Amino acid sequence: MESLYLLIPFSVVLVFVIGVIFWWSLKSGQMDDLEGPAYRVLMDDDRATATPGEQAPSNESVDADQSPLNK
Amino acid sequence: MREVNTIMQSQATYDYKVVRQFAVMTVIWGIVGMLVGVIIAAQLVWPDLLPFEWLSYGRLRPLHTNAVIFAFGGSALFATSFYVVQRTCHTSLFLPGLATFIFWGWQIVIVLAAITLPLGFTQGKEYAELEWPIDILITVIWVAYAIVFFGTIGIRKTPHIYVANWFYGAFIIAVALLHIFNSAAIPVTLTKSYSAYAGVQDAMIQWWYGHNAVGFFLTAAFLGMMYYFVPKQAERPIYSYRLSVVHFWALVFTYMWAGPHHLHYTALPDWTQSIGMVFSLILLAPSWGGMINGIMTLSGAWHKLRDDPILKFMIVSLSFYGMSTFEGPMMSIKTVNALSHYTDWTVGHVHSGALGWVAMISIGSIYYLIPRLFGKAQMYSVGLINVHFWLATLGTVLYIAALWISGVMQGLMWRATNADGTLTYSFVESVKASYPFWTIRVVGGVLFLTGMLLMAYNMFKTIASGRAVDDAPVLVPAHAH
Repeated sequence: MESLYLLIPFSVVLVFVIGVIFWWSLKSGQMDDLEGPAYRVLMDDDRATATPGEQAPSNESVDADQSPLNK
Repeated sequence: MREVNTIMQSQATYDYKVVRQFAVMTVIWGIVGMLVGVIIAAQLVWPDLLPFEWLSYGRLRPLHTNAVIFAFGGSALFATSFYVVQRTCHTSLFLPGLATFIFWGWQIVIVLAAITLPLGFTQGKEYAELEWPIDILITVIWVAYAIVFFGTIGIRKTPHIYVANWFYGAFIIAVALLHIFNSAAIPVTLTKSYSAYAGVQDAMIQWWYGHNAVGFFLTAAFLGMMYYFVPKQAERPIYSYRLSVVHFWALVFTYMWAGPHHLHYTALPDWTQSIGMVFSLILLAPSWGGMINGIMTLSGAWHKLRDDPILKFMIVSLSFYGMSTFEGPMMSIKTVNALSHYTDWTVGHVHSGALGWVAMISIGSIYYLIPRLFGKAQMYSVGLINVHFWLATLGTVLYIAALWISGVMQGLMWRATNADGTLTYSFVESVKASYPFWTIRVVGGVLFLTGMLLMAYNMFKTIASGRAVDDAPVLVPAHAH
């Protein structure tokens, strides 16, 4: 199985590379806060401003009651 | 309104143009790819459906797979990844001109595929059929994609890199490596090349590529999509951000060795097949980590599913993801595979993932994006999204249920032996017995395609009354509390 002489060393190198990236993510503080990012992504209001003649959705909050799909 | 515009012009804006282009093309290529799928499904029932050899099943089948995976799925991934990376990094794109090149380059690749595959130019490798000049073009575009994506992460305005970007990033790197290794070939002419590997070595490399393409193109990348659009549409934080990080690392550390399960009971050494089986079984854990995380995001807010069809698309897609990532490891067990291999069960399994998971999460995400990209509060018709949802769900269920039945039936008929050791059924008898189920598959496919046509109508009506949003201001990131 000559192809494995290619794939196995490649996988081993790759695992080390992934390990280094994992180590970097730990050291650089990517995992310091494992709850806040989930909320911060919701604090970014990306709803479009309304075109003329259309009801403008709120740009202030992510309150579920103001979702255009909720009646 | 005028005042608002003046304020907006004074600050940086998000690059929505490339997102818009890819979002619209997702729907267009989705219709094309699925139409070809319906045609080849019909050809199995009516073999003489179309004239000319270049419209025969063997030529159109790779066109279908390439169109739905790389044109439809690829466009959805480009659109969403460019949107997500900008919004979560609070910055506009790095080198937006290169993003324009990526869009037009990718369209050229798709058109070249649509011309060369029916003409019969193929490397003969599943999901990697395109000949070497197109492969080189793909490589150039992919490098450009990596530069734009990682460059944008490099200029981010927030220290944390949101988990969706980790999944997209892993997908971009993995697909680059897989593509380069598997497409290595020696060109003979402009339209003909020979693989750099031979025989079972070639098969091993091909399925190392093939399964990891499923893993990183059709799983990791769409999980990235899920981790942004499900919380945004539900307006709730992801169930466990911690779990999302843990299952990301579990997935990237363990994925690479599932490929040999495509080669059970072949010339591949037995121990290699067993490694493939064991790694496939291990994958159940990180896969279900993502599925549980996505679905449980709605925990305590299940009522949102009642009247939000976009959320229905997303949650049902996660259910299909959970189903197919349970079915996959099960089918990789050698004793199960002895029954399922080469039957319709495999095709049904693929479509449970492709229609149920990949297409539905993409459709939900594109429905989320279109109004935001074209300055509308919502889609032209929310009712039509609901109709689309039921057409898609019903189509998928009909498709996979029909092929489960025909697949198990074929497996049982092929292995049935008489008391004297001779085969009970000839092959053609199993073909004849499959016809009713192949007909049901056509019906399922037509339903799914009809849903896509409704989506296109809904999209163009939304665009017609909207405007291209090019003034969305780059927001200052919300700080940690």
